[in-house]
Amino acid sequence: MNTLIQLAYFGVAVVFILGLKAMSSPVTARKGIVWAGYAMIAATLVTFYTPGMQNYGLMITAIVLGGGVAWWSGRVVKMTDMPQMVAIYNGMGGGAAAAIAALEFARGGVHSPGVATLAVLGALIGSVAFSGSCIAFAKLQGIMTKTWRLPQQNLVNIGLAALTVLLGLAIVISGAPVPALIIAFFIVALALGVILTSPIGGADMPVVISLLNAFTGLAVGFEGFVLGNPALIVAGIVVGASGTLLTQLMAKAMNRPIRNVIFTPITGEAAGG
Amino acid sequence: MDGITALYVFMLAAFTGYEVISRVPVILHTPLMSGSNFIHGVVLVGAMVVLGHADPEEPVQLAIGFVAVFLGAANAAGGYVVTERMLAMFKSDRKPGGAK
Repeated sequence: MNTLIQLAYFGVAVVFILGLKAMSSPVTARKGIVWAGYAMIAATLVTFYTPGMQNYGLMITAIVLGGGVAWWSGRVVKMTDMPQMVAIYNGMGGGAAAAIAALEFARGGVHSPGVATLAVLGALIGSVAFSGSCIAFAKLQGIMTKTWRLPQQNLVNIGLAALTVLLGLAIVISGAPVPALIIAFFIVALALGVILTSPIGGADMPVVISLLNAFTGLAVGFEGFVLGNPALIVAGIVVGASGTLLTQLMAKAMNRPIRNVIFTPITGEAAGG
Repeated sequence: MDGITALYVFMLAAFTGYEVISRVPVILHTPLMSGSNFIHGVVLVGAMVVLGHADPEEPVQLAIGFVAVFLGAANAAGGYVVTERMLAMFKSDRKPGGAK
């Protein structure tokens, strides 16, 4: 049975790559998403047969609720509001990756420093993608209209990032999970996503969403290594890489280097034009 | 999977991702972003596995697992609907008559 599941995951990974390839040409794009959709359904179904699983009731409830709400909101939203929907769904993926790491720590599923490092990295990137995407959504949706900028914004960014890395390092070194440490780590990582995204203006948001999309892909890939699940690894890393390239292409199409988008937002000193 | 194999898989997957979309036209940037957003929705599978192995006696584990599956399912379902709606605008404008 396990071999069959692994083979199914292998097929799913192949179809995902072919689907992505198809989606990068206008003629085949629509087929690409449909293929990938079938692959996703197949992946979800075979996962139910993973040996030694329980909590099925809770699992199905979560799938129906989460999938239902997202399906409905994606159907009713106006065409012009699509970008913020991409942002929020992407953020949810990042949040899921972070939650996977949290649960692996909580149930003691992390045994070696190498695995702990990957889990922490995935949790960090996933949390930033989650809170960052929520801010991106709020801005495009018009909930958050002001772009605020801290004094010494770049310094704060670097300081907060360093603090998150230190907390992550502490988790890896401590070996046994210390709940307070893990909670502090997640709070700081989530704050980092908010602080990074808040100063960025609405016009630059598509590029930021694409970058956060690549982040989520990477986070999913790292959690795939933690769980030893090749479907997550391949899909996550492929999206991480293609998302990075896509971010560069989008920034180029808008004539704004990525460094300017992240570090000198439009609302700031507006150096040059 | 041992460390070195994992490293190779990482490298090959990264090159694949880069190569596979390298010739995307500007008009497809946003749909492709949305499409790749759907593909990392496979995180749902990982979330299901961790919830499935959570201790049923531990409410904290169950709660985190529930959140993970909820968010993963939303990523997959929402990503699909939005991408499909965007790409529906591209349908049947290239090959008149050849509805395939």
